Amino acid sequence: MFSWKSKHVLPGFKITMGFTLVYLFLIVIFPLLGLGIKASAIGWTRFYEIASSPRVLASLRLSFGASAIAAIINVFFGLLVAWVLVRYRFPGKRVLDALVDIPFALPTAVAGIALTTLYSSKGWMGTWLSPFGIKVAYTPLGIIVALSFISLPLVVRSVQPVLEEFDPEVEEAAELLGAHRGQSFMQVLLPELTPAILTGFALSMARAVGEYGSVVFISGNLPMRTEIAPLLIVTKLDQYDYAGATAIAAIMLLFSFSILLGINLSQHWRRRRIAPALA
Amino acid sequence: MSAAATTNLSNKALTERFGRVIQRDPLWIRAGLIAVAVLYLAVLVLLPLVLVFAAALAKGIAACWSAITDPAALDAVRLTLFISFASVSLNLVFGVAAAWTITKFQFRAKGLLITLIDLPFSVSPVVSGLIFVLLFGAQGWFGPWLQTHDIKIIFAWPAILLATTFVTFPFVARELIPLMQAQGSDEEQAAITLGASGWQTFRHVTFPNIRWGLTYALVLCNARAMGEFGAVSVVSGHVRGQTNTIPLHVEALYNEYSSAAAFSVASLLALFAFATLGMKVLMERHLSRKARTQQFSTDDTFRSLE
Repeated sequence: MFSWKSKHVLPGFKITMGFTLVYLFLIVIFPLLGLGIKASAIGWTRFYEIASSPRVLASLRLSFGASAIAAIINVFFGLLVAWVLVRYRFPGKRVLDALVDIPFALPTAVAGIALTTLYSSKGWMGTWLSPFGIKVAYTPLGIIVALSFISLPLVVRSVQPVLEEFDPEVEEAAELLGAHRGQSFMQVLLPELTPAILTGFALSMARAVGEYGSVVFISGNLPMRTEIAPLLIVTKLDQYDYAGATAIAAIMLLFSFSILLGINLSQHWRRRRIAPALA
Repeated sequence: MSAAATTNLSNKALTERFGRVIQRDPLWIRAGLIAVAVLYLAVLVLLPLVLVFAAALAKGIAACWSAITDPAALDAVRLTLFISFASVSLNLVFGVAAAWTITKFQFRAKGLLITLIDLPFSVSPVVSGLIFVLLFGAQGWFGPWLQTHDIKIIFAWPAILLATTFVTFPFVARELIPLMQAQGSDEEQAAITLGASGWQTFRHVTFPNIRWGLTYALVLCNARAMGEFGAVSVVSGHVRGQTNTIPLHVEALYNEYSSAAAFSVASLLALFAFATLGMKVLMERHLSRKARTQQFSTDDTFRSLE
C-alpha cells in the first residue's frame, strides 16, 4: 500500500542526488583530495623541514596570533553590538544592523585598500594616531585591524538570534530574587550565550586565519615580521616552490577542518543533550 | 500594608508593574553601550566605506569616470560579469538539486553531506586557488596532458571560473536547505498525488515558496563571485585586459600608485555591496511580515478555540 513515509513519494531522488554527488566531487572533493595527496607525497622529513623553517613558523605564528586577537576583540564588541541591537530601541538601529553586514558584502580587496589608506601616516586615522606614536598600516597592528573588520559579522550574527530567543523574564526572575544587574548578566545570561559566543569565536578564527585580500595591502608583507601564512603560500607559488606552498596549505586546511568538525560536533552534542527524546 | 498589597498582586500584575522597569537598564548604561557600539562600527566599518567614495572622487568626477571607462577597466568588468554569471548559474543548479535531495528525502549520512557542502567556506581563498594550480598547472597532475593538447586552464578564464565556483559553492544550497526544510513536503506530496509530474510540482508548488530565498541566495552568491580576490589572484596570472577581474584590476591600479583610479573602480564594487545589503533588508522585511501574518493567523485560531 501507499505510505507517506516512503522514500519514493516525491520523484527526482536519483537524479538530484546523482548530480549533487558528482558536482560535489568534481568541484570540491577531488581538488581537495589532490592537495592532500600532493602534501603526503612531499614526505614526512621534508614536510617537517618546511613547516619548521623560521620564515614559515613566523608566518603561522603571526596568522594564528593576529586572528586570535581579532577574534577576542570581536567577541567583546560583537557581544556588545548584538546586545544593543536586541535589547535597546534607538533611532538609527536599522542602519547599525545593516552596517554589521558590510564586511561580508564588501569585497576584501576593496576593504584592504580602504583600510590601508585610512591608517597610513597621511590617512584620516593615521594622521590622528601618529602623534601618539601609534603606527597601524604596515605593522602587525594593521593586520589585527583588517582581521577584526572582516570577521566582525560572525560573532554578532551567532549571538544575536540566541539573545533574541532568550526570555528576559528569566533575568527578571533572577533580579526579583535579589540578584543585581551584573549578577543576572554574568550568572544567568552569559552561560546561555556561551555556546553561541564560542561558535562565533571559532568561525572568526577560521575566517581570519585564511584571509588574504584585506590583509595583503595593510600588512606591508615583510618576511618574518608582517608576512601572513596565506601570503607566504602565494610567494612560494611565485617562486615555483610547489612543495612549500602545498605544505603550508595542508597545515592551514587541517586547522580549519578541525574547527569545522569541532563546531559540528558541539552542535550535534548540544542538540542531543537538549532533545534526546526526539532522536 | 505594602505586604498585603503585594500578596494581592498576581504574578502577571507584578511583571506588568515592575517587569519593564527591571528589564530596562539605567539610562546611562543604555546610552553608554549604544555609544560604544555606534563608535566601534563607525570607525571600523563606516569610515572605510566613506573613504572609498571620497578617494574615488579625490581627483574630480571626470577622472573617476575616465578610470571606470578605461579599456582595461571595461575588460575587467566584462570578464567579471561573465565569470560571476557562469559560476552563479552552475551553483544555482547544484544548490536547487542538493536542497531537493536533502530536504525531500530521508537517507543516511545526510549530516555528512551537508558538512561536505559547507567545506569551501572553511578553506582559505588562497588555498582554494592553489588546489586548482596543483591540478592543472604546469607542475600539476593534468599539466603535461593539457600542454600537449594546447589547452589553457591556469592563467586563463577556465581556472578563474573554477576557483570562483569553488569559493561560492555553498551559498545557494545553504540558503535553500533550511528554507525548504521548514516548509516540509506536504504540498509537493499533495501535488504528486493529484497527478502532477515532478517538474510541474517543482515549478508550480516548490518554486513559488522558495522564490524569495532563492533570489537572495543568488544575490549573495553573485556578490561574493564578483568580489573574490585571493583565489582568483592565485590562478589568474594578472594579464591586463585578459585575465584581470575587477578586484585584480583595482589591485593593479593601487600598486601603480594611481589611488584615485583604484578607488574609482573599487567604488563600483562598493555600490554593488550596497545593493546586496538593500536586497537583504528587503528580504528580511518580507520574511518577518510573512511570519507575523502566519503568527496572527495561528493566534486567531487559538483565540477562536478558547
